[in-house]
Amino acid sequence: MPENCIYIARSSAIAARALAGEMMVMNSADSTFFTLNQVATAIFQAADGRTPLREIVRERVCEQFDVDPEQAQADAEQFVTELSSHGILLVSNRPLASGTPR
Amino acid sequence: MMAALRKVACVEIGEVPIALSTRDEGFLDLLRQRYDGFLSSSPPEFELEFDLESARPASDDDVRVRREGDEWLVERGDFHARWDPRTGRGSVRQNANPYSLDSVLRIVHSLILAERGGFLLHAASVICDGRAYLFSGVSGAGKTTMTRLAPADITLLTDEISYVRPGADGYWAFGTPFAGELAKAGENCKAPVSALFFLEQGPENRVDELPSAEAVRRLMRNILFFAEDRVLVEKLFATACDFVAGVPIRRLTFYPDARVWDQVCNFGRNFARSFQRVPEHA
Repeated sequence: MPENCIYIARSSAIAARALAGEMMVMNSADSTFFTLNQVATAIFQAADGRTPLREIVRERVCEQFDVDPEQAQADAEQFVTELSSHGILLVSNRPLASGTPR
Repeated sequence: MMAALRKVACVEIGEVPIALSTRDEGFLDLLRQRYDGFLSSSPPEFELEFDLESARPASDDDVRVRREGDEWLVERGDFHARWDPRTGRGSVRQNANPYSLDSVLRIVHSLILAERGGFLLHAASVICDGRAYLFSGVSGAGKTTMTRLAPADITLLTDEISYVRPGADGYWAFGTPFAGELAKAGENCKAPVSALFFLEQGPENRVDELPSAEAVRRLMRNILFFAEDRVLVEKLFATACDFVAGVPIRRLTFYPDARVWDQVCNFGRNFARSFQRVPEHA
């Protein structure tokens, strides 16, 4: 899948809460539980299904954190792959309806 | 032939009165003995009708709790229950085993509490100086040991299943009749929760901070909840986050002798003192 075509949306089967500066995400289907760091939280919160991942990385990660753009993109793709394998994020090469309004 | 009338015992745990009815005199006696101290004359909020089936064997199967239409269906080898949260009424078919009775009651309370922002927790709990302290952990972590080592002036709420729900100024812990190894029901009283400790046994007594995410993770792992229901699980997660945001959660490593209670009581006093301290610029 070409990287500039990746769209991500939060699954409707999750619950997420920010607590003490950390974002906690739980897949309510199987109660698996994840803690996101600041960069991952920025990507997660921007996962609206309409904004390409590359744009999210450029505007939400590279502009707010001191990171190398290429490295940030690679890390973001790895993060997205991991969370999608746990049913937290939906991934597509077309825009998605966001799974959850949170 | 006219059916035998149902006899009722109202059992009130966590200020939630539930009428338990049966046609069997022996089972009624068992109910009254088992929940002595939690019998109530309050108007019941909920009703459970018990019908005994001697053919149902004792069971170590996993319980299944799922929605079927508007009702909750609760099943294990030794019981089968239906409960409609809209009408507050349900029916149970089980043998006369008190452990089956306890299980059904715990599950119904866990469903009621989940809707009301509370939870049942695998934890011992006590009242000390008017405040409740909870001690949670896996089997063998030391819940019963902590209650055995407690000073004589503490009030035991439970050595096994803690009952927690939101109330005035935070979360409150209530006594339950659900006993663990101590084989002793808790006192039927309540107190505001001062702290939750996750227990680990070690060579010395010490209290350590837990990061919030780890606290939520441990709390979720120890909450009794069986329902296959995404909405309620999400609600429970939100409750766990609120609890962690509002109640001190610590890891208590302890060497099993009575001195551990100095740590607990000192923590409570120091925390209360720092919480009440007036800021210098005020």
